[in-house]
Order: sequence, then structure tokens, then C-alpha cells
Amino acid sequence: MRKYYFFFRMRFATGLQYRMAAITALTTQFFWGLMECLAYKALLDSNAIKAPMDYSALVSYIWLKEAFLALFNTWAADNDVFNMILDGGISYELCRPLSVYKMWFARTIGGRMSEALLRCIPVLLCACLLPAPYRISAPASIGCFFLFLFTMLIALGVTVSFCMLIYILCFFTVSPNGWRVFFMGAVDLLAGLVVPIPFIPQPYRSIIECLPFASMSNVPFRIYSGDLQGMEMITAIGLQVFWLFALIGLGSVICRLAQRRVVIQGG
Amino acid sequence: MITMKGICKSYKVAKRNAGFKEACKALFHREHELIHALKDVSFTIDDGEMVGYIGPNGAGKSSTIKILSGILAPDSGMCEVDGRIPWKCRKEHVREIGVVFGQRSQLWWDIPVIDSFELLKEIYSVSTPSYNQKLEELTELLQLSEILRTPTRQLSLGQRMRCEIAASLLHSPRLLFLDEPTIGLDAVSKLAVRDFIKRLNEEHKTTVLLTTHDMQDIEAIANRVILIGKGQVLLDGSLDDMKRAAMTSGDDMSEDSKNLDLIVADLYHNLNIL
Repeated sequence: MRKYYFFFRMRFATGLQYRMAAITALTTQFFWGLMECLAYKALLDSNAIKAPMDYSALVSYIWLKEAFLALFNTWAADNDVFNMILDGGISYELCRPLSVYKMWFARTIGGRMSEALLRCIPVLLCACLLPAPYRISAPASIGCFFLFLFTMLIALGVTVSFCMLIYILCFFTVSPNGWRVFFMGAVDLLAGLVVPIPFIPQPYRSIIECLPFASMSNVPFRIYSGDLQGMEMITAIGLQVFWLFALIGLGSVICRLAQRRVVIQGG
Repeated sequence: MITMKGICKSYKVAKRNAGFKEACKALFHREHELIHALKDVSFTIDDGEMVGYIGPNGAGKSSTIKILSGILAPDSGMCEVDGRIPWKCRKEHVREIGVVFGQRSQLWWDIPVIDSFELLKEIYSVSTPSYNQKLEELTELLQLSEILRTPTRQLSLGQRMRCEIAASLLHSPRLLFLDEPTIGLDAVSKLAVRDFIKRLNEEHKTTVLLTTHDMQDIEAIANRVILIGKGQVLLDGSLDDMKRAAMTSGDDMSEDSKNLDLIVADLYHNLNIL
């Protein structure tokens, strides 16, 4: 365990070096968040639809999404890992007395956390300073806040274990781009990163809520504002835990299969 | 001790003719060809030996190294390293070996070399005193003190290769596989690497298996040469044996008047393995 922790720490420290990337991403995320807040305001004010979420809960959802984007976007998986599979750098990974799956898992978590840490504080700060109603509200209660932190950790685990599946699938195809493009559109929608899941009409909403993608950012961001509570919340957390173990289990098995038929590219 | 017996390994390679039409055709139907990288390779290497493993490009040198280091599983054949079957117990096996792939890097690109070393210390569970001692020794022998705090991306190739070799030895392996460790290095770095490998063998009795295209590497380091071509072992003996084999082609130049590269080129021609 200690070894993997050091892997995590290493990637975390590396990620903290990329200051410029963080600043540029920051501006994008701030303006994107603001644009979304304005768009939803216009939509809800027009009374075109019955709002499935409180506007203040929606604003919190949007700002949390922008602040922690680095934790939960499935398409921005660790490029180093893809390159390793593509150009044969994986030779060295396989020369380590470690499990490849756990090593990459720790590494991906570390990378995402460092990126998110650099970005979340300024985005959240801006979101606190905006005038109402575009300001992010405080968590619904202390309990909600702790549940938010807890479910965010599980959500990160679900996201990373899903990314692990994409890494491993690249053992079987020559280029990762096919898989990445395939997942980019679909997963963003299914995870509620395009529109929050409550906005999706029934019966599609119920189906989507059972998929692993709904167990990612959807759960913590809605718990924060109290939008997800009671029995519905307990079911959602249960599903999160289920998907976390299911995806990790599946990933480890396929990873073992993949290693048996691994081909090192590039001589 | 390393034993390889009747190792075979083949790869499936997609092939198509040039051109757009052929590329479109390949969308629906692909032709594959089976390339036999290793055909019945057998040899044994005793503890403390320094063996040069040579052969033309594509002869199967890297495949052999990868099988020996547990990365690839062969199609058939038996291979044991100190009683372990490398690909069956990869994790236990790699703890005991050091590998340098000259054309790849194991150091983290954007951070100082010393950080990569510290991570390796943790990965191999090296105790702090023995890590410090080893690091001191390697720093002195490979002249690393100036470059340890530099990010890998800003090192020259020669500096990087010295760090790569040090990185592979931090856990004091008894066995070292070097896959083209002198590729692209200048004369000074080459000499430094050669000297270091010799001293490593003398002081720690480390077994070394080295692949290279630089015959001077072989002359300086190896006391035994294994020549492989088209996936088969063609010659296993001393450097002199190899020179003698090249002479049998019957050309009239004396052995001394030809340099090593010419001898090897002749040998490759004679054996028809290019």
C-alpha cells in the first residue's frame, strides 16, 4: 500500500508544477460556469419548462462542476499512460514489482487531485464573490457537507476506475483515440456534465441513474445543495459503492488478461 | 544463473501494400503475417558472467531481453532465471533484476532525477541506509552529483543514460540486462558507461547481459559473445571465436588489418542473416 501511496504522491507533486496550465484552465472554467448560470436563468425565467431543480441548487451544481472538473472528466485521462501503451514505454512499468492496475490507479488519482487542487480554490472564490443569484450557496447543512466530501471521494474512485478500463482497452487496439472520442460525448451526457441528470426526461432519467456514470460527480454535487436527500440519496450512495467495486473488479480482471497478451510496440 | 531452452516467440504483423485503395481495403479485411522473432533459442549464462548479445536489427535481441525480464511470455520453450520462470512470477522476478532499455526512459520527465530515484527506493522497498550508500556509490562512479537535481527533460542524452543506469541499480540487483545502453552517446559517455559496467561486475559480481551494435562495447566489456540472427543462436563463444568465424569466409585480408565493425559485417553476410 505504501508503495502505491508514494506513486500517488509523486504524480500529485508533478501535477502541482504546471502553473500556466492551471491558470488558463481557470479562466475557461470561470467563464463557462458563468455562461451556464446565465443560460439556465434565461431558460427557467421563460417558464418554458417546470424547473426540476431549485435555481440556487443548480448554481451550486454548476460551480462545483467547474471547480472540480479535473476530478471527474473522463476524457482527460492521463496522457502519459496512453503514451506508454502506444510507444512501448510500458516495458519499464512491467519491470516493477508492482501491480500495473494499482500503480496506474494511484497515479491517475494523484494527477487528478493535484490538478483539481490548483483550480478549485480560485474558481470557488470567484463563485462566492459573484452577486446573487449567481453566487454559490453554502452547503445545505453540516451533514450535507460531510456527505458531499465522502461521496466525492467515491465518485473520484468510480471515475478513475472507469478511466482504468479505457487505459486497458488500449492494450487491445492500436490507438486510444477511438475509445476516447467514443466516450467523450456519451459519458459527459450520461454523467450529468452537459445537463444535470434531473433535467433529463423520464423514463431515460431512471435508466441513466442506474448506470455507473450517474455515480460520478452527479451524487456529491447534488448532495451539497440538498437536492439529493432521504431514501433517494441512500440509494445513490449504495449504487456508487456498488459501481466502485464492480468497475475495479472488472478492470483488474481485464488487466490481468491484457498483460498476458501484451505486445510491446516499437522494438 | 540463466537458462533458456528452445524459446520460440512469434508476432502477428499486419501487412498491406502501399496506396489509398489498399488502405480502404484494409478497413474490411486485414492480412496478417506471422513473424518468428525467436526460433528455438537456447543458452545458459553463469553467475558473474558478462555476455554480449549481438545481431543485426530485428534479430530478436530485444525480444530475448523482454522474455528474460518477464515482460513477454514466449510461445514455447523453457526459461529459468535463478530458478524463477520470469513471466510466471513477474513481481518476484523483477525485484531481483535491473533492466535498462536504451531507447526508453524510466525517469519522470518533468521532475528532478532525484525524485524519480526516491520513488524507485519506495517501489523496491530499499531501506534508507542501503539506499543512501548505493546512491553515494553510483553518484561517484557515474558522476551524477551535478545533475541529480535537474529535471529529466533538461538532461543531455549522455547525462540521462547515466541516470537511467543508476536508476536500474538502486535496488542492487544481482542481474543486469542492458538493451543498447550506449546508443547515441558521445565517446566520453560511452567510455564512462563501459568503465562503470566493468567495475560493477568486478566489485559486486553482477551478471550482465548486454545488447549493442557497438562492437567496441563488446570488446571492452564482454568476455563472451552470443550472436543471434533471424531468431536463432548462430555463435556462442569468445570474441576471438567470432573473429575466426569471420575469417573462414576465405578472403585474403589478415585479421588484424580489419576493424571490428568490418569483421561483424562480414560475419553477418557470411551467415546470411541480414
